[in-house]
Amino acid sequence: MASKDSIKQTLIVSLVLCLVCSVVVSTAAVILKPIQQANKNLDMQAKILATVDLLDKKTDIQTQFKRYIETRVIELESGRFVEDIDAATYDQRKAAKDPATSVELNPEQDFANIKRRAKYATVYLVKQNDVLQYVVLPVHGYGLWSTMYGFIALKSDLNTLYGLNFYEHAETPGLGGEIENPAWQALWKDKQLYSSDRAAQPALEVIKGKASGTDVIHQIDGIAGATLTSRGVSNMIEFWFSEQGFQHFINRLKSQG
Amino acid sequence: MSDSPKSVLLNPLLNNNPVTLQVLGICSALAVTSKLSTALIMCLALTVVTAFSNLFISFIRHQIPANIRIIVQMTIIASLVIVVDLFLKAYAFELSKQLSVFVGLIITNCIVLGRAEAFAMKNGPMLSFLDGIGNGLGYSVILIIVGTLRELFGSGSLLGHKILPLITEGGWFDPVGIMLLPPSAFFIIGLLIWAVRSWKKDQIEKAEYQIHQVHRTEIL
Repeated sequence: MASKDSIKQTLIVSLVLCLVCSVVVSTAAVILKPIQQANKNLDMQAKILATVDLLDKKTDIQTQFKRYIETRVIELESGRFVEDIDAATYDQRKAAKDPATSVELNPEQDFANIKRRAKYATVYLVKQNDVLQYVVLPVHGYGLWSTMYGFIALKSDLNTLYGLNFYEHAETPGLGGEIENPAWQALWKDKQLYSSDRAAQPALEVIKGKASGTDVIHQIDGIAGATLTSRGVSNMIEFWFSEQGFQHFINRLKSQG
Repeated sequence: MSDSPKSVLLNPLLNNNPVTLQVLGICSALAVTSKLSTALIMCLALTVVTAFSNLFISFIRHQIPANIRIIVQMTIIASLVIVVDLFLKAYAFELSKQLSVFVGLIITNCIVLGRAEAFAMKNGPMLSFLDGIGNGLGYSVILIIVGTLRELFGSGSLLGHKILPLITEGGWFDPVGIMLLPPSAFFIIGLLIWAVRSWKKDQIEKAEYQIHQVHRTEIL
């Protein structure tokens, strides 16, 4: 009988164990994937609703989402609404990976460190009696460890912020993870994106320390202990509201009144 | 082994509690107990992982070569934790988001590896399974006590239901802010250990050193 400590036995046990474990883990991952995806989508819709303070946890999220939110696809380069892409099934994150549906960003443009940007973006319009109330825009950018995905809601003047929310990131819990803290997110309300003297680039930034002085309307307090995450959020704003991002769309919507 | 199934299952609840006697698994006990609901999910996850890792390790304990036994145990535990994490993401999405990294960190919870190495490697599958459940429950008892106290006095509610009306909402209860912070779990666990050891004197550890008696020879 082969000893249980022989090299042969060691190799066999580790090989069989690895095989069995990987089969178990991958089976579970494949079977549970659709349910997790559905949860993620629901969570995203809930986050969009929460960004504009319309989330009511007691009723079904999907019905609420359908009632309040109009989902549209826009072409970022021109800022036009695109009609021939189905907004309900368009996946901006998938599109950003495909060379056919995305553009590569050169380092000077790529403030948010995202490498590629989809040509088309999903936008969410909140209307009341056919009057635009809020626009919710999806944004993402690289923080300290991870790409942070979130939403920014603008009021109907398309310059004043209403809210901000993140639905996916992997920043350090308790430090960078504080971007999820409602108290910090509340600081974003009523801040302004652009300043009149520097219209080409967004003026809004997350600064180190407390916002103060004359330009307080364009400043957000940085998160203590999370300088790099704060900087990432700041870069994300700078990118998504530059002309690479939603600026064309915003200008077009503004001129339409 | 002369352990009866009953004692294997019930001993870890009080007499040999993994948290208060062995002082293991403290990190997660601090992190997930600010609310009772997250504490409960964590208890469930840990109990399942400990029970099944004990079961599987015990099944193959005669095949595991001694030189790679820790790696084998870790592989089994890690696989189970990933599966549990996947299940939570599918069926308890909100809670799994709140637990964030701590489900993954069950892998490093000393209780799981401790029971695998100390018990499952030496006992049969059924006993090991019960031992896993027992230790999971022992951990759960402490987490539930800590979670109840912290949520009740920190936010005046239990499982999200209002129990003590807060001053900010027109009631009379002024929430104890520190209860929401991790250090409060240290105090509660410390007090629990004190309480258990004053009741069960045999759990008091022997002092590791004694102050040497010096006989004074000089005349004062």
